[in-house]
Amino acid sequence: MAANVERLERAWAEPGALITAFATVDHKKIGVRYLTTATVFFVLAGLEAMVMRTQLAEPNGRLLSPEAYNQLFSMHGITMIFLFVTPMLSGFGNYLVPLQIGARDMAFPRMNAFGYWVFLAAGLFIYSSLLIGKAPDNGWFNYAPLSSNAQGTNIDFYGLGLIFLGISTTAGAVNFIVTIFRLRAPGMSLNRIPLFCWAVLATSFSIVFAVPSLTADCLLLELSRKWGFHFFEKATGGDPLLWQHLFWIFGHPDVYIIFLPAVGIVSSIVPVFSRRPMAAYHLVALATMATGFLGFGVWVHHMFAVGLPQVTMTFFAAASMAIAIPSGIQIFAWLATIIGGRPVIRTPFLFVVGFIVVFVIGGLSGVMFAVIPFDQQVTDSYFVVAHFHYVLFGGAVFPIFAGVHYWLPKITGRMFSERAGVASFWLVFVGFNLTFFPMHIAGLLGMPRRVYTYPDHMGWDVLNLLSTIGGFVLAAGILVILANVLWSVRWGPPAGDDPWDGNTLEWATTSPPPPYNFPVIPVVRSADPNWDREDRSADARRLEHGELVLADGHETVSTGEVDAELERVLRMPTDSPWPLALALSLTVLFVGLIASSNLIAWVGVGLVLASLAAWHYPWTPHEEELA
Amino acid sequence: MGATLTLAAFGLAGCGGGQSTLVVRSDASGRIDSLWWVMLVGSAIVVAVVLALLALGLLRRRGTPAEERKQRRPGTTFVAIAGVAIPSVVLVALFALTVDALPKTSPNIDKTKLSVDVVGRQWFWDVSYPADGARTANEIHIPVGVPVDVRVTSKDVIHSLWVPELNRKVDAIPGRTNHVVFDARTAGIYRGQCAEFCGLQHAHMALYVVAEPRADFERWLRRTAAPAPPPANADLERGQQVLLGSACEYCHRIAGTNASGTVGPDLTHLATRMTLGAATILNGRGNLAGWILDPQHIKPGNKMPGTALTGPDLQSLLDYLESLR
Repeated sequence: MAANVERLERAWAEPGALITAFATVDHKKIGVRYLTTATVFFVLAGLEAMVMRTQLAEPNGRLLSPEAYNQLFSMHGITMIFLFVTPMLSGFGNYLVPLQIGARDMAFPRMNAFGYWVFLAAGLFIYSSLLIGKAPDNGWFNYAPLSSNAQGTNIDFYGLGLIFLGISTTAGAVNFIVTIFRLRAPGMSLNRIPLFCWAVLATSFSIVFAVPSLTADCLLLELSRKWGFHFFEKATGGDPLLWQHLFWIFGHPDVYIIFLPAVGIVSSIVPVFSRRPMAAYHLVALATMATGFLGFGVWVHHMFAVGLPQVTMTFFAAASMAIAIPSGIQIFAWLATIIGGRPVIRTPFLFVVGFIVVFVIGGLSGVMFAVIPFDQQVTDSYFVVAHFHYVLFGGAVFPIFAGVHYWLPKITGRMFSERAGVASFWLVFVGFNLTFFPMHIAGLLGMPRRVYTYPDHMGWDVLNLLSTIGGFVLAAGILVILANVLWSVRWGPPAGDDPWDGNTLEWATTSPPPPYNFPVIPVVRSADPNWDREDRSADARRLEHGELVLADGHETVSTGEVDAELERVLRMPTDSPWPLALALSLTVLFVGLIASSNLIAWVGVGLVLASLAAWHYPWTPHEEELA
Repeated sequence: MGATLTLAAFGLAGCGGGQSTLVVRSDASGRIDSLWWVMLVGSAIVVAVVLALLALGLLRRRGTPAEERKQRRPGTTFVAIAGVAIPSVVLVALFALTVDALPKTSPNIDKTKLSVDVVGRQWFWDVSYPADGARTANEIHIPVGVPVDVRVTSKDVIHSLWVPELNRKVDAIPGRTNHVVFDARTAGIYRGQCAEFCGLQHAHMALYVVAEPRADFERWLRRTAAPAPPPANADLERGQQVLLGSACEYCHRIAGTNASGTVGPDLTHLATRMTLGAATILNGRGNLAGWILDPQHIKPGNKMPGTALTGPDLQSLLDYLESLR
């Protein structure tokens, strides 16, 4: 046994720290990079929100100019959606998917590294606009023709930045799909895939079909802005609604791209802390995929006020109501699991319970938007701001906080402070509701969204003051979480390999896991493999006789898509500098485009081609089979 | 000034002339309001049931980390009934309510005899009654109890006309004309505001709908359709010369004079209006002077530059503008 592990250690030994920093393809390192980078963007978006809430604390606020406010609310939305929630969940996916399916890496490790570098570069690209005071100022929705005719480079940072970022998101999604379909442990048939992985799979399919619509939209926008096209001008044969259709064909599925992995986290945590397997597992897996699918049929409910025919609107109203059903399935499956179990309440579970309460409220106000006349009354009011914070902060950020506490012991090997965890939960829960519940009422009282200030005597003053106070309470809660995480990384007590008695395979290995994840590829016979003690003992026995140890290099197994029968041993690519080189080359290209410098842009194109060639060049005899 | 006082009583002073979706002043907004209350009660029931189930699960029997796990019933039947069957029935009923409510809030322009054109501009509302040749800004007058076809479009970017106490909102989109019907049950002043983000001064793009008895409305329409009264004395004459001799006329129109700009709001009967700067400030001599001299202080980023005037010129100009009744 020791000899086998020693061979594995040698095969997966890392080069020096410097090379690892720039060339690693380890999905766990990349996952942690996603998580930390996204957290930095989360803090930035939070600071933007606090400045806005300060401005709105009283009527006729004079802290911010309208231009500053517009940049802040635009950057807040862009950051939360594109640079925090999606990459954060991508970080969880990167770290956890290979571990949960018993693989040793993602299917395309180098593309995985590339995806992270592009995310980082695109994030810095977009944020560089704030440093020069030219941040996007037309909202995350960026409607034409306001955007297509705007002067300055503000909107180009949006258009080009999102095209750039889309490369990363798409590469990540393709990688997840192939990984989950082909790299599962032998025996992990479709009906045994952990629900978090189902969620990542559904999300990845949504990304592959939704992001091209956003990329196309941004491309049309940049062609209009930089090269004299007129896609969004009625006078020249275009149509301003073209932007909205393409945007929401991406934008509504994006809600589920954000939401599905988050509920996957919830479905991971609920059974573990309820001390029983997940209720109605099959229905939940189906509901996850159904949500991803139906999510493509509801975009027009964002456009009920633009003057579309009634028949069109009723179709989308029906679809928008139907999508409530998969969410209902999941909520009642969690409730059934909790009721039928013996719950143990710890910080991760507290955040999940908070999520259920908040998400039910957000889901119900969401159904209201399918009721066309009511939608037309409250759309673009603070009622919408309240609703989507209930579903996005409540529906995604609460689960993210739950996931951070749940998996932190696995990632760092250390435990956080439970007392600080409970305190942070109550601050976040109270602060969140105090911030966003009054916004429902402000919206019903007629307060439009995206206003940098508002008059007094409208009945909005007290509500806005409450929201601002709530915002600061929420921020305090988030600070406690950050402090708790940092404390635990440095001083936390050792957590052990499986502090929660988890049901999935990441708990079957050490905390933190070794570079090769598992000393032996596990063989799986249920949807809760880590609760099958006999199977895990069988793994240990296989390690002793060297069966499925695969220590001749970076090796893992590929299995069939449906039944996960063992197919063959795969040799995985190792560290490479070319993903970073390609990401940097793309950065040069996009810098050239934003600076309107043909020279820099063409240099960027050249560098991209050179990096691609170098990436694919067979530097060592083995590389051919690795490509 | 009568109108301004009315507004002070109704609107800016907050005595009921706000823009709440929960204040019903027409059949359409009443229908939407009742949809809201039905959904609120339904939602409260769902939240109560979920909280009760959650409390049941959390409080009934706690576990301990060391406790042995048990294989328990999968719970599929419960989830199928509570998560699929019951929501399906409720959603079908809600869909029926939606389809039923649609005609009440959608424009049936065949039944309207009066129409008004509203054009969204950065950042004001251009309002005209094409059949009568009347034109004003940031104020829509309608007769009580008469359905009015409001035809909404935009000259620049997308705006959205929203007067919640009268009806749902409708987007103002360049190159398209959308319709919404205003049919006020009672006389009053109802505030509205642009609801689609339209740039720097989206926050200051409000308007008032004045619903008044038919005879009052007809009188207002006739007066508004007439050209501006000619200057009645030398001071007003001088004020008009100040206006025509400055940059004002490039952007503003005053019917009956050479000022025929279309970039800014029509000023033909400015003195009858309740507010300035799209309901940013009340209309009055002091506010008007402040607006002319430094509109960028009051509404930063709006498209009107400040005008430097000598004291006497300003006073004459104000006299003239106040005579535009």
